[in-house]
Amino acid sequence: MAIECVKITKKYPGTTSKSLDNVSVSIPTKGIFSLIGRNGAGKTTLTRILGTQLMPSSGHATINGLDIIDDAKELREIIAVIPQDGRPVPWVTPAQMIMTYLMWRGYGIREAKARAVSVIKDIGIYKEKDMHIGKLSGGTKRKVLVGCVLASEAEIVFMDEPTTGLDLISRTSFWETLGKLKKDRFFLLTTHYLEEAESLADGIGILDNGKLLVSGSMDQIRKRIRYRYMVTLGKDAKVPAFKGKIIRTSNSTKIMTSEEGAKRVASEMIRRHAEFSMSPISLNEIFYSFVKEDIETGKSDDYEKE
Amino acid sequence: MKRNKLSQVWASVLLTAVYWMRNYPISIVASFLSPISIVVIIAFVSKGALVGVAVEGALITTFVLNGIMEMTDISHLKNDFKIQDMVVASPTSAFSYIFGMSLSSLATALPSIIFILILWSVFVHTTVVSALTVFAAVALLMILAISIGFFLATRTSDISESYQFTTILSLLFTTVSPIYYPISLIPMPYRYLAYLSPITYGAEIIQNATGYLSISSMNLVLDWIVLVGLTAVMLFFAIKDLRWREA
Repeated sequence: MAIECVKITKKYPGTTSKSLDNVSVSIPTKGIFSLIGRNGAGKTTLTRILGTQLMPSSGHATINGLDIIDDAKELREIIAVIPQDGRPVPWVTPAQMIMTYLMWRGYGIREAKARAVSVIKDIGIYKEKDMHIGKLSGGTKRKVLVGCVLASEAEIVFMDEPTTGLDLISRTSFWETLGKLKKDRFFLLTTHYLEEAESLADGIGILDNGKLLVSGSMDQIRKRIRYRYMVTLGKDAKVPAFKGKIIRTSNSTKIMTSEEGAKRVASEMIRRHAEFSMSPISLNEIFYSFVKEDIETGKSDDYEKE
Repeated sequence: MKRNKLSQVWASVLLTAVYWMRNYPISIVASFLSPISIVVIIAFVSKGALVGVAVEGALITTFVLNGIMEMTDISHLKNDFKIQDMVVASPTSAFSYIFGMSLSSLATALPSIIFILILWSVFVHTTVVSALTVFAAVALLMILAISIGFFLATRTSDISESYQFTTILSLLFTTVSPIYYPISLIPMPYRYLAYLSPITYGAEIIQNATGYLSISSMNLVLDWIVLVGLTAVMLFFAIKDLRWREA
């Protein structure tokens, strides 16, 4: 059971560049898969193509064996989406919005109502259930849309930046909810919060300029990186001999290196009684490493000093 | 899971009509009162002679404008709230969605229609045949207006653009067309301009059926042909071009 994309390419009418360029990937439809990438990387385009809202220019894809074009009717029975910038209509209440969505999915009015009330409790907006959505905060509005798909029976849920606009506590609560639901459903979501993706997603894909640069579990992705450890030193610390990459930021010096290199740097810093921290490379560094961007405001250079 | 098709249609009516009116009851009052202004003006200016035809005009206006206004609702759901994306990726078919939105347009107009029918019973004398003729013509006009609304809604990428189309169409359909008075009151050669609006053909049929206008059988047949033909063509394009899945 997987999403299989084969050479998916998308070029919007009237544009010269490709929003997606020969994307081929296999994603098991189990747990949570997070697509990350810069703005305009192609995350929304890929999500909309898989969510049967947008035609690819070429290539094809299947979801659990159902073709996204030929079997769209059957596919729409098992999928649900939350679009980027999606908003619930302001003149209804959260309960009415969720109920309406469930009725579009074919629930009878009574079951839709019961499910709406139940999910409203789960996502923590019971107090606001009868308020006009127009009067709710941006984060609560976002929760209403999340509630729509969570209240449904959809096995495969595409969410395009579902946590954008949510405060830290709401985001944490959202991910916890997904964590509970992922046993029975598959979530593909796009996000800019890399630390959340790293700690909660079972699989990650990095898109840049319409190309899928890498995809897999965090461990699989780490193995694709030459330097898997990060040693962080003080800003003005004297850098000991090592082989790897050095990244200078406004308040620290970061060294990306091998396990052996990290041990060597750590020993040297201990010998000097200097402050440092060491950790496996995080998704942040992996992301920047793949998209070849500088970390924070610092410069990234290949560095060898042995 | 067994899907309830009726629910899928009713969902659109609930969202854009029932909840709208329930949560903002003032909209019912607004809908109820909306036909009054022009009827009153025509009644005074014609010294009561054209009250009946003005009531017919109010009926046409209500159906046509509510049909066109559906374009803004669709545009809202599609471009502004992106709710249509959620519906596309659900078991609801394009047809159920269109049908539901069309019914919603009718539901929103209900207070207005009830009020006009009360005026109608007082000022317009109809037989069963003429009532059926009026009903058929009004139904076609509404389908035509909704089709035009859908056709344009799929081509707009912004709600502000939809509002401009609504304004222009409202002007064309309710001002260029002689719906509040018989076309015979328009001096030549300006009368021909009225035929640029498809609503004119429906208005002629309705006014002829209720005795406010007398046109030849040939002219009447031509009116029906144009009205049915235009409605069929616009409905075809509306369904064909509905961008359920974007290209």
